[in-house]
Amino acid sequence: MSDKKPISSVNDFVVRFANVNGSGSASANEMFARAILRHGVPVSPRNIFPSNIQGLPTWYEVRVTEAGHLGARGGVDMMVAMNPQTWDKDVAGIEPGGYLFYDSTKPMPSTKFRDDITVIGVPLTAITNSTYTDPRQRQLFKNIIYLGSLSALLDMDPKLIEQLIGEQYKGKEKLLSSNVHALHLGRDWALQNLKCPIGLRVKKSDKVGDRIFIEGNSAAALGAVYGGATVCAWYPITPSSSVAEAFTAHCRKYRHDPETGKAKYAIVQGEDELASIGIVIGASWNGARAFTATSGPGISLMTEFIGLSYFAEIPAVIMNIQRAGPSTGMPTRTQQCDIIACAYASHGDTKHVLLFPEDPAEGFEFAAAAFDLAERLQTTIFLMLDLDIGMNHRLCRPLKWDDARQYDRGKIMTAEMLDEGRDFGRYLDVDGDGIPYRTYPGTHPTKGSYFTRGTSRDRYARYSEEGSVYADNMQRLVRKFETAQDLVPRPLQANAAKPSKYGVIYFGSTSPAMDEAIGLLEARGHQLDRLRIRAFPFHSSVASFLAEHDFVYVVEQNRDSQLRQLIVNENGIDPVRLVPIVHYDGSPITARYIAKAIGDHQDHLKVTPLRKAVS
Amino acid sequence: MTYIAKPKFHHPGLKKNELGYTHRDYEGKISTLCAGCGHDSITASIIEACYELSIEPHRVAKISGIGCSSKTPDYFLGNSHGFNSVHGRMPSVLTGANLANRDLIYLGVSGDGDSASIGFGQFAHSIRRGVNMTYIVENNGVYGLTKGQFSATADRGSKSKKGVTNTDNAIDLVAIALQLGATFVARSFSGDKSQLVPLIAAAIGHKGASFIDVISPCIAFNNHAGSTKSFDYVREHNDAVNRLDVLVGRDPIAVDYAPGTVQVVEQHDGSKIALRKIDADYDPHDRLGAMTFLQKHAAKGQIVTGLLYVDPDAEDLHAHLNTVETPLNTLEADTLCPGSAALDKLNASLR
Ligand SMILES: Cc1ncc(C[n+]2csc(CCOP(=O)(O)OP(=O)(O)O)c2C)c(N)n1
Ligand code: SF4
Repeated sequence: MSDKKPISSVNDFVVRFANVNGSGSASANEMFARAILRHGVPVSPRNIFPSNIQGLPTWYEVRVTEAGHLGARGGVDMMVAMNPQTWDKDVAGIEPGGYLFYDSTKPMPSTKFRDDITVIGVPLTAITNSTYTDPRQRQLFKNIIYLGSLSALLDMDPKLIEQLIGEQYKGKEKLLSSNVHALHLGRDWALQNLKCPIGLRVKKSDKVGDRIFIEGNSAAALGAVYGGATVCAWYPITPSSSVAEAFTAHCRKYRHDPETGKAKYAIVQGEDELASIGIVIGASWNGARAFTATSGPGISLMTEFIGLSYFAEIPAVIMNIQRAGPSTGMPTRTQQCDIIACAYASHGDTKHVLLFPEDPAEGFEFAAAAFDLAERLQTTIFLMLDLDIGMNHRLCRPLKWDDARQYDRGKIMTAEMLDEGRDFGRYLDVDGDGIPYRTYPGTHPTKGSYFTRGTSRDRYARYSEEGSVYADNMQRLVRKFETAQDLVPRPLQANAAKPSKYGVIYFGSTSPAMDEAIGLLEARGHQLDRLRIRAFPFHSSVASFLAEHDFVYVVEQNRDSQLRQLIVNENGIDPVRLVPIVHYDGSPITARYIAKAIGDHQDHLKVTPLRKAVS
Repeated sequence: MTYIAKPKFHHPGLKKNELGYTHRDYEGKISTLCAGCGHDSITASIIEACYELSIEPHRVAKISGIGCSSKTPDYFLGNSHGFNSVHGRMPSVLTGANLANRDLIYLGVSGDGDSASIGFGQFAHSIRRGVNMTYIVENNGVYGLTKGQFSATADRGSKSKKGVTNTDNAIDLVAIALQLGATFVARSFSGDKSQLVPLIAAAIGHKGASFIDVISPCIAFNNHAGSTKSFDYVREHNDAVNRLDVLVGRDPIAVDYAPGTVQVVEQHDGSKIALRKIDADYDPHDRLGAMTFLQKHAAKGQIVTGLLYVDPDAEDLHAHLNTVETPLNTLEADTLCPGSAALDKLNASLR
């Protein structure tokens, strides 16, 4: 019936599962992705879910990618359409020549299908109902049954899936065997009734290597454990809640005193974001490493305290897992949209350090580093993740830790130093780097105490609203920010094969799509040098990169090209030379999108040289 | 001005406490509050209580929000660290500080605007968490620092300096603290040193959330509308001086009355409050009884003062969280970091 040749591809395709939220499909779908990984084939899965708990549509997309492209690709080669609510849209979204997998228990009119796709029906409900009577079991096992059918259709090794089921239900023999049974029900039905395998196939490979598969939020939370965070205060908000939940789980595992069973950490679910950041600031003021995790609306609430952290110079770590705003926007969709809000959070003249990890591995590293930076710089450090990294599993290099590493507690004046007669002025710039010494409360009976305040004060922390005293302090804060430039992770540059007048700047979760887009652009004849920014303040190499290129594209996932604004603002560069490439519909940016946007602009540059019309 | 430190001169004959500290060792900078402000009397009581308890001043952390009341930590315990944070958020900052180092004494100072309005949520939650602290509200029924607006503790029907009548119901922070499970709840009057000093001392000794509401008259905005000595009157009638700086000081109000009796106190504006000191045989271990007692006398227009409720076996937030005895801020990588071997194992489980 198909009037388009079915897609034929080994280890390079996209399967999307359309389900109803609350149907228990998540674990079966994730098992599908993991099973492919066990074949040695990289995958890049993404949750696409509504901001609602029950009943609304949810999708899970698995990009199978032998080449290891971890960005979203766009397009769907096989749709597992399990949600009648979204059927029409789901069917329409399949690539020509693609496949539609559905529950054929109830007949469907032919108008519900397309001629240019291969339709694969499995009577899932019928198979399930003939085996299980309990409604909950029916719902759950239906998911495993379709997983079984897919394994036959895609030529997957069932043993690898059984192995995963075994790991998941270790010690729960009954659940284990019933899941394996359901898997084979679906698999056998497909083998007996359908032409297996189809054009899309999974073949064993060795492209995964020693990489690990982990969610960004979990990795960042682990970074907080390794980085020595002992106080975490948070308030639930998607997509950041799982940071605190993972931190709790990691702490339970790693942070209990083996002898007393007591906790070497304190986690408080605050009554709101104001309390959460207040707790962080109080704890950090008192010398503990503390953090909170939140998302855009939480940042909005925290800004008064962020100003205090900046001006009173108190360390704080905020993990901001960005979602589409403003306001509630699209709470379960990804964006990189809080760049400006975080860089200049609070009133008055403020500037804050932002870190932009590209994947869970950097999420782990930067989270741990954030605590060193916060204490070294005595200010707020933002770890800027987004939903696309935070709430999705990503393949990344294994996490590493150097056991010789000590925490950098920054400039602390101890009782001994005070007794030696060291001059203590809380806001004295003794080393010329803008960073003063601090004392912890309780340090010394007669020396080193001071009053922390958000009001202006002199170098010895004495209240003063003298204009020159205030200006002196604000100047020092600028010097401190300049010092930060060389402490934060540097940008990474990769040059095109041939010298190029064009460059591209990108950051964070855009990274995998950008890496892939470079290949697509090369195929189109465009060579670009690229610079991945990993932190704000910008290192001097950002200015050099801008100077070396006629045009620099700035690729980001927000409407207003916020990173570009920040670069223009901080580098005083002619904005015309920075070309915004933005994507902000809440879905992760794809290589196809980037390549088209940059490619079209490049073509335009070549075809119509500037000023041609004005001679 | 607050940056003027008090002279360090110690009279050789000054009395010393167990630690050998004199009163002066518990003082701070010179107050910049209006002469006669009740808050200064509370400062004096805090100094007295800490002296009597022979506390090492530097082992106290003083944390406040914003307001005239919240400025006061600068005026006592000059050798302790203080933190004038942001409006209404003292409780969270104090909670964090306490989590970081359970070994210090935490004194939270706040105003009624600070705690009963913008910080009402934080007040409630720090109490309900049982943070080991002494939480003092210096309650004057108005916003002092922003010049006289009603606070949420102002009585319904009371008049502001500008003659506006308050039509909102008042929040009784003591009643709320009791309801929220505070394990030490008291109320006092700024001028009643003989009552306030032991209450503060007992609150500091209490291992849990201690809350003291201290009625503290504001001379600037409890000024009599018709008075020729009121702030307004002087401002209007004295063009020669800087209009913003004129505040006529008053004597601080002091009271001393026996337990079980009612004392009517006239504030600077002429308004009167009836303070009822609880009886010596009052049972402060009965939360429900305390609530009833409070309400019964409130209905008679009386403000009950004294220790209303205490649970001597209270546990604090650290006990609830089961944290280690060692202050968290002293733990280093060797005990906090699981190390590379654990990470290798974890990596292996993520494949
Ligand atoms: C976010 C914020 N809002 C408003 C203010 C202005 N403000 C400063 S003090 C104050 C009220 C203080 O009243 P109270 O806590 O009763 O203390 P008092 O001055 O009466 O002792 C207000 C509203 C502020 N500093 N911050
Ligand atoms: S304005 Fe009122 S509260 Fe503020 S210092 Fe003066 S008397 Fe005290």
